[in-house]
Amino acid sequence: MSSLLIRNGRIIDPANNIDQIGSLSIKDGKIAELLSADSNATADSIIDASGQIICPGFIDLSVRLREPGHSQKGSIASETRAAAAAGVTSLCLPPDTKPTIDAPAVVEFIKDKAEKAGYPQVYMLGALSQGLAGNDLSNLFALKQAGCIAVSNAGNSLNNLLILRRAMEYAATHDLLIIYRANETSLSGKGCAHEGAVASRYGLPGIPAAAESIALAQCLELAELTGCRLHISQISCKQSVIKLQQAKKYGLQVTADVAIHQLHLTENDVIPFDSNYHVIPPFRSQIDRQYLRDGLANGTIDAICSDHQPHDLDAKLGAFPETEAGVASLETLVPLMLELSQQHGIALNHAIAKLTQQPANILGLAAGTLGIGQAADVCVFDPNANWQVNRQNWHSAGINTPYWQQNLRGRVTQTIQAGQLIFKLENPQ
Amino acid sequence: MTRHLQLTESGKLKHFLTIEGLSKQLLTEILDTAESFVDMSEHQVKKVPLLRGKTIINLFFENSTRTRTTFELAATRLSADVLNMNIATSATSKGESLLDTIRNLEAMQVDMFVVRHALSGAAHFIAQQTAPHISVINAGDGQHAHPTQAMLDMFTIRQHKKQFEGLKVAIVGDILHSRVARSQILALNTLGVTDVRVIAPKTLLPADVTSMGVTALHDMNEGLNDVDVVIMLRLQKERMNSAFLPSESEYFRCFGLSETKLKQAKSDVIVMHPGPINRGVEIASSVADGSHSVILQQVSNGIAVRMAVMSMAMQSQGGAA
Repeated sequence: MSSLLIRNGRIIDPANNIDQIGSLSIKDGKIAELLSADSNATADSIIDASGQIICPGFIDLSVRLREPGHSQKGSIASETRAAAAAGVTSLCLPPDTKPTIDAPAVVEFIKDKAEKAGYPQVYMLGALSQGLAGNDLSNLFALKQAGCIAVSNAGNSLNNLLILRRAMEYAATHDLLIIYRANETSLSGKGCAHEGAVASRYGLPGIPAAAESIALAQCLELAELTGCRLHISQISCKQSVIKLQQAKKYGLQVTADVAIHQLHLTENDVIPFDSNYHVIPPFRSQIDRQYLRDGLANGTIDAICSDHQPHDLDAKLGAFPETEAGVASLETLVPLMLELSQQHGIALNHAIAKLTQQPANILGLAAGTLGIGQAADVCVFDPNANWQVNRQNWHSAGINTPYWQQNLRGRVTQTIQAGQLIFKLENPQ
Repeated sequence: MTRHLQLTESGKLKHFLTIEGLSKQLLTEILDTAESFVDMSEHQVKKVPLLRGKTIINLFFENSTRTRTTFELAATRLSADVLNMNIATSATSKGESLLDTIRNLEAMQVDMFVVRHALSGAAHFIAQQTAPHISVINAGDGQHAHPTQAMLDMFTIRQHKKQFEGLKVAIVGDILHSRVARSQILALNTLGVTDVRVIAPKTLLPADVTSMGVTALHDMNEGLNDVDVVIMLRLQKERMNSAFLPSESEYFRCFGLSETKLKQAKSDVIVMHPGPINRGVEIASSVADGSHSVILQQVSNGIAVRMAVMSMAMQSQGGAA
């Protein structure tokens, strides 16, 4: 019987309304006990968490691992390790691998590799449509049986509303959660930046915020019509927040998340033609960002994800519109979350809930809490550690982040999954 | 970043990618330098040895006869060796990346790239990636910038109006897709023109266009009222196919420049157009060929302005003779 004691940290467990200094005792991979700070308990191994925060391991709703199919950008091993270094103990993998996750064999392949890597738990999102092409449904029941936790069409839209309606009805038949990114392609076109003053100035094809909110509105109506379980991923604008708020007010069972960087950066932060700022949905206006922050605070937005998308250097080398979109964002998750709570009025336990308890609820997972008897998925981070985003401190294969070489505050020191230490910071400064 | 990228540490022009970030003083220096090259075109021997021994590659990822020709003439008159590469039909269509193309050409010991590309930001990207001794001149990137065109327009305006302060300038047409308009607006604002109006249907204006330092209008009679300069933009025929506009005839009726509409402007108004002209679509032939038109002067000024920019960029590299 192996035991672990994480001692003298500030334990924040939103699901159980706990925020106190104490120690956490873990036995046989499960949370055994919450001890007071002066307890003299001991264990096989001890982590000193003085001055640090102990919280449930993060559950990230969107992490690209780039395997199979895009091994130049990253691998299951490299990106799950980056996830562990970010304090993530469970993650959702969108189905836009190559081949796409639209057949049980692909699910098996990824499951094996992820288990061998031994880092966070990888939950796969099955492809809603075959090849994500948006026309024909995948064998959703077979995907569910193979272990997919939900279904999604990744960044792609379904080709018309009738297909979306049927996809929802069929998913509901098998009680499958649909995770959907709202985008009206006829309006977003070949855009690569938020349609606004900055894109206008630099002559970049714009994506209006309405491309998202119009598709979102349609999606919400169809969810009501079909009764399917719906989660909207990575919203980016004011009107999306308003529409979600209305839908929730009138009782629609829908949830939504936002990518962490959307809560921080706007079109005004984009360095002209720097492809590290090329992200979809694009960084929008300051008003949009304010609505996202408010929506997070008032519960309209249920969860935060990293929307981690590592890229190889080549993918980001070129004229801005031809570069690939996405940010390698796992490892900046904790510092950006801390900044939200320290500077933008979101209570820390609230912010942590958006990365733990809430995504667990969305996915129906028994995780995201430090409740006695739960699997011991724990993140320990030092809120005051200063570090520079650079090669030495970085685990993802992708270095495509607007924060490259910047100094950030807040760093994960240990990540524990089911009682096993899956990450330990080797050179805490 | 733009400023840092375009200028040497002592503030000299190294690359010419956009008007943004350049000072009034520097733009005036370009115009003054161009002035010294204008007379030269009337000489028997139209050459100066400023860039002798230098190799310039015209790197055109998008076809353009006129711009390429004026750049070629400008380089030749500066005694540089010029190579034209029409990449629209060669390497990149075989899957070679933009960067590979640049690396290969770099290996041939060139001194300057003149770049035209269909994507915004391409010239910036090339300037960031090339060896430090190579200058990059943007000959048009996507919908972003066409700074030499803007400067030849400024040159033409100065020829006729002597100074920029107090001028009223109207830019008419497809502002949304126009790199020329974006660069003109920046140049006019920098040089001291505070009354710049853009006149177009809402379908052809970029979002938040007024944030660019212009007034947006949808009526020609109102917009042309009392202006000193009218700049007409070319209307691409494909705009009729994607619901930007109903028809050429309706466009001409609302936004085409006719003699009647031109009467709203000052009596000494000049009419400009970056070419090539669609007669009867954005401008009536009688106006294009009329007494107010300076369209052909723009073309000849284009050579002098490009000579100025090329020689300044090479000089800042310590390269010009």
